[in-house]
Amino acid sequence: MAAELTEIIKEENLVYKKTPALTDNVMHYCPGCSHGVVHKLIAEVIEEMGIREQTIGVSPVGCSVLAYNYLDIDWAEAAHGRAPAVATGISRLHPEKYVFTYQGDGDLASIGTAEVMHACNRGENIVIVFINNAIYGMTGGQMAPTTLVGQVTSTTPYGRDVKLNGFPMKITELLAQLDGTGYVTRQAVHTPLAIRKAKNAIRKAFENTKKEKGTSFVEVVGTCSSGWKMTPAAANRWMVENMFPKYPLGDIKDL
Amino acid sequence: MAEIKLMKGNEVIAEAAIRCGCDGYFGYPITPQSEIMETLMLREPWKETGMVVLQAESEIAAINMVYGAASCGKKAMTSSSSPGISLKQEGLTYLAGAELPCLVVDVVRGGPGLGTIQPAQSDYFQATKGGGHGDYHLLVLAPASVQEMNDFVALGFDLAFKYRNPVMILADGVIGQMMEKVQLSDYVPRWSDADIERLSGEWALNGKKSGRERHISTSLELDSYKQEVFNHKLQAKYRRMEEHDTRHEELYCDDADYIFVAYGSSARICQKSIQLCREQGIKVGLLRPITLYPFPRLPLQALAKRVKGFLTVEMSAGQMVEDVRLAVNGTVPVEHFGRYGGVIPTPDEIVDALKTQIIRA
Amino acid sequence: MTEEIIIAGFGGQGVLSMGKILAYSGIMQDQEVAWMPSYGPEMRGGTANVTVILSDERISSPVLTRYDTAIILNQQSMDKFEAAVKRGGTLVYDPNGIVRVPSRDDINIYRIEGTRLAAEAGNPKIFNMIVLGGFLKVKPIVLLENVEKGLAKSLPQRHHHLIPMNIEAIQTGMNHVEKA
Repeated sequence: MAAELTEIIKEENLVYKKTPALTDNVMHYCPGCSHGVVHKLIAEVIEEMGIREQTIGVSPVGCSVLAYNYLDIDWAEAAHGRAPAVATGISRLHPEKYVFTYQGDGDLASIGTAEVMHACNRGENIVIVFINNAIYGMTGGQMAPTTLVGQVTSTTPYGRDVKLNGFPMKITELLAQLDGTGYVTRQAVHTPLAIRKAKNAIRKAFENTKKEKGTSFVEVVGTCSSGWKMTPAAANRWMVENMFPKYPLGDIKDL
Repeated sequence: MAEIKLMKGNEVIAEAAIRCGCDGYFGYPITPQSEIMETLMLREPWKETGMVVLQAESEIAAINMVYGAASCGKKAMTSSSSPGISLKQEGLTYLAGAELPCLVVDVVRGGPGLGTIQPAQSDYFQATKGGGHGDYHLLVLAPASVQEMNDFVALGFDLAFKYRNPVMILADGVIGQMMEKVQLSDYVPRWSDADIERLSGEWALNGKKSGRERHISTSLELDSYKQEVFNHKLQAKYRRMEEHDTRHEELYCDDADYIFVAYGSSARICQKSIQLCREQGIKVGLLRPITLYPFPRLPLQALAKRVKGFLTVEMSAGQMVEDVRLAVNGTVPVEHFGRYGGVIPTPDEIVDALKTQIIRA
Repeated sequence: MTEEIIIAGFGGQGVLSMGKILAYSGIMQDQEVAWMPSYGPEMRGGTANVTVILSDERISSPVLTRYDTAIILNQQSMDKFEAAVKRGGTLVYDPNGIVRVPSRDDINIYRIEGTRLAAEAGNPKIFNMIVLGGFLKVKPIVLLENVEKGLAKSLPQRHHHLIPMNIEAIQTGMNHVEKA
């Protein structure tokens, strides 16, 4: 290494450090994917709150099935859609712990609808992080419950037709109706400002566990450039123009 | 001093769970086993031992709550009856794949489909051959009395933790609904955090302490070669189960010419049939498998060397008979007699079946 | 000694609880006992029956087709279980609502007018205890003192004041049972 570089790379010159709650594993996510950003935000919140030894994550089936490779905490990997039930089992027997699920739209809003509804309705003292990118990423870009009307996926090759496939499901608004949820919000991570807001929301959700405020639910509207077949930059633009009108950002419920 | 009570099999399951230090029960109502959760809710064990009891929104949710609780090294259980157990199969294969200990009680009713609420043993295949996808087995205990409903709860948890494997108590509507004299077990305290650290500290989720690797409850392995190695490990575990924890009972076998092979309530009914046979000079014995998986094939092979034939008696169209035939391997006749769809065989029918299917054949 | 009993009648007649008290009484004298009800929709307003077995030995089948004793409380049960009494066995029945009286001559048949006696006492709830008394008179398989202990064990503490009334009803049944 050149002498001038070793002069620069010094502890006192560092302006950024990977949070220790993230492992050194290289993430498998595609370029432009929102998962990596949200993982990092959760890791930072856990680290900043000093709750790494008290936090247990539940990962879903979907692209984030391997989330347990990236956050250096204890994890349970749930069957498809069942993460809120698994989290219930953990949280009921470890009421002092911070338990969160991390689920995509297919996992949470399709196959796992019953589990998320009832966990929220019971007001399980957990955090649910919901990544909504309107598509099944892991299995190759099929229609999700949140897929927009007209959106092309591998199972809606001519665009989502409401006569055939029904309507995009706003499950976050549905869950906000349940008395068991204390905090329900929708965020995004496409700009530095949005990322800061999303991190604050995640922090608030985890703090709610401490305050025993019931279920805290954080939706993050995200991109899936592979599934949407767009460049990351185009995917971000498409999300702002098409997803946000249907899934507007902001707090829906905050008790 | 042990308490003697007159209780239903289902009620005893609940009482035994509280007394053996169970940490969590997660269930969903279904006949004929709803008394298990009802008894627990009435007893309010969370006030007494801290045991959690939760009525889930579905059998699927219940077994996944068990998955979560079991991941923490806790003694977790659920119970259901046949249609509900079908729904739990996904969870069970995940539990087996993640090597998580838990206890599942199946009070079997007649099928297929919604079937009937009356007793049956038609879920032997489902219980013993895996039930869900993938190469795995539950360790299956078959109680034949209310006393065994009590005893097998603590035993089931012991075996579940010994092998890090789900254990099933395969009962039926007769054993669940019947009352008998039962000697309840003494109270065993629930495990403390230190106990769990000592017993399951290598894998239990209890918050990653600095200085140890993170613990992950998962059945996922994307590398097929590693998954094959894991499957070898599972198979080795099942061989250890067979070697060390195969259980059975033999009654009146010493001088027997013929053997009934039956488990659970069918084994009880066969005992009456044996009395009737012996009054008529027919020497019959009973081999009662207590573990249905692992199956007691060695004692069957030993008996096959000195008896003239076996009749399996099941409340099914013939399921366990396949395992008996595999064990006996054609050396003497093995036939099946069953009533099913919720019909319970009578002692006389069984005697007649022995005469027509084995003795005269 | 093994006594295999079927008690059969309508849901609401106290069939299951009579069996339970009998079983508890057996426990009080250190016997093995089994209590096996019919269950399911038929219990809800329809017929109800329970098999009760008391034995000095390990009990084999809780499911039987022949009984030492049948205690019969309605016509449907008479039609179903008269033939199931073992030769030389015992049939005890309440004649209320019985249109076809039992006709076998190879068993011992007794009548106990439980319905009438309970109505006369102004307390239909003691009906099953009167019938139990009738049975225990003709087959004293459990001692009255063990029935009393059984009642104390099976009833919650708040109902213990009802025990003397139940014992009295059993004695009424003992005094009124008659050979048919």
